[in-house]
Amino acid sequence: MLIELKEIEKTYEIGTVQVPALKKINLTIAKNEYVAIMGPSGSGKSTLMNILGCLDTASGGVYSLNDNDVSAMTDDQLAEIRNREIGFVFQTFNLLPRANSLHNVELPLIYNGTPASQRKKMAQNALEKVGLADRMNHRPNELSGGQRQRVAIARALVNSPSIILADEPTGNLDSRTGEEIMEIFETLHEVGNTIILVTHEEYIAEHSNRIIRLRDGLIERDEAMN
Amino acid sequence: MRILIYAWEGIKIAFEALRSYKMRSLLTTLGIVIGVTTVITIVSLVQGLNKAFANQISAIGTDTLYISKMPWIISSDKEWFSYRNRRNITVDYAKKIKQSATLVQAVSPTLMTRRSVKYAGTTAEKVLVVGTNADHLITANALPEQGRFLMNSDIRHRKAVCVLGWDVAKALFTNVDPIGKRITVGGRKFKVIGVVEKKGSMFDFNMDNQVYIPIGIFQTAFGARWRSVDIQVKAISPAVIEDAEIELTGIMRRLRGLPPGKENDFAINKQSMLMDTYKNLTNVLWAVAIGVGAISLLVGGIGIMNILLVSVTERTREIGIRKAIGARKFDIMIQFLIESMMICALGVVIGLLVAIGVAKIIAATTPIPAAITLWIAALGVVFIVTIGLFFGIYPASKAARLNPIEALRYE
Repeated sequence: MLIELKEIEKTYEIGTVQVPALKKINLTIAKNEYVAIMGPSGSGKSTLMNILGCLDTASGGVYSLNDNDVSAMTDDQLAEIRNREIGFVFQTFNLLPRANSLHNVELPLIYNGTPASQRKKMAQNALEKVGLADRMNHRPNELSGGQRQRVAIARALVNSPSIILADEPTGNLDSRTGEEIMEIFETLHEVGNTIILVTHEEYIAEHSNRIIRLRDGLIERDEAMN
Repeated sequence: MRILIYAWEGIKIAFEALRSYKMRSLLTTLGIVIGVTTVITIVSLVQGLNKAFANQISAIGTDTLYISKMPWIISSDKEWFSYRNRRNITVDYAKKIKQSATLVQAVSPTLMTRRSVKYAGTTAEKVLVVGTNADHLITANALPEQGRFLMNSDIRHRKAVCVLGWDVAKALFTNVDPIGKRITVGGRKFKVIGVVEKKGSMFDFNMDNQVYIPIGIFQTAFGARWRSVDIQVKAISPAVIEDAEIELTGIMRRLRGLPPGKENDFAINKQSMLMDTYKNLTNVLWAVAIGVGAISLLVGGIGIMNILLVSVTERTREIGIRKAIGARKFDIMIQFLIESMMICALGVVIGLLVAIGVAKIIAATTPIPAAITLWIAALGVVFIVTIGLFFGIYPASKAARLNPIEALRYE
């Protein structure tokens, strides 16, 4: 199994008050699944996404990713896992404003020590996959919202991660551009990538094959789509 | 390999940051610029002074000892009065030293006075008249340019002969060969037998405004009883100078009849005494350089730390992005340390350039040959690394410890 969550708990301490965000969640996701995680705000979906993306660790339970127990890893070990296994796509794109598309896409490769010439080739390749071969030397502020998100997707792809984790990837885009982005995800899924999509839009979630609905820190429903 | 890749990335980011905030970077480096300029200017100045001083006192050989009633360096009036009451040193000491010392090649007793010197209506005022012997040629390096120096027979027979310093000869004789002419020195007639080559001056003392006469004549002409003789002793080589000093001390104590345990009532002076005194003086300059430099580098370093903290806050989101895609703590740390060192480097380079300019101006407008040497530039590199590291560590570790989730959410 690619992802296996066993009784994952997350409790935040706000002052002296303990606020449970996730209450003993069990969840498995197989390779090449296309999963949408839905839920109203406060349902724990952001917390779940942070844990799945190894940006945060759970307060209790076991998370194994590719048969590695990541629950007890140090910050630096988690950083390496994020670099190798996870490609993030954010709602606000999160590109480096002063770097051009090519450099933005190269970034994950810099942190795993890929030599410059190989890095450039891989980044170009990833940008071509998202249809931005002609925008490599543009900075984010010279690109449209849809183009920026495609750069972000190329960055997520470049290191061939196990999971692509997209957090409201169409939230800052108009519906037509949003559709284009969703088509890219669909194509990526078809060629074998595992995609986890966090959204609160029903019509976006419908692109996936499986919808997991959260409410009050628990899985309310987990249904397969056709 | 990996460290090279992200260190290079760090350099590019830092360069980009410096370029984006030109004014801010420049102002930040100002403290470092002032610190580096101050330190390096003072250091080059002190080195220049050292060179100038060494040149000045080069006339006092490192192989020459000067036996005298008083030491050259006297630090208080009280000391001076106690030295004044010492018994005089007499001419025959010189003879006895020459006879019994094994580590010396020349011994010349000297007496000095200032008199006017006349020849055919021309007068040279305040010429230093030196009564001495033939060994003075060696101890004072008084090489004859024309004629000859005093010889033993001149001394023994108290001949009324004199040897002129270069400036005295020039002042009295124009277009006339001075050799064989009769001149008046302090009211007495002397025959010129030689002219000493140009020796230059030591500080304000003109070594060419002198006339050398046999010491016996000096004593009868200008008085002997109340004058204490200074004895110049040239050791057989600079290497034995310390042993020669010990030997001379022993001989002098015997001549003075000093019982064991009694303090010396004479002084043996040497070049290194002047050098030591001078070094004490320049030590003060060094202390000032270090003090001023340390303070301005501290202020400059704090400035860098401050601006880096601002930079870390401004780039919180960027740090979040980098962490999300796999930057480890160390990678972020390196990035900000490199930025810190590059700001420092900017300051040090500007400071060095200013200091080179200042040194050029000093060298051009004063007699001090101030110059920036290679090791001073190396000192600059040490500054960059230490200040950059020291003041960069806190902001860099603050950046490295940021929580990626919060950093990504930062607006």
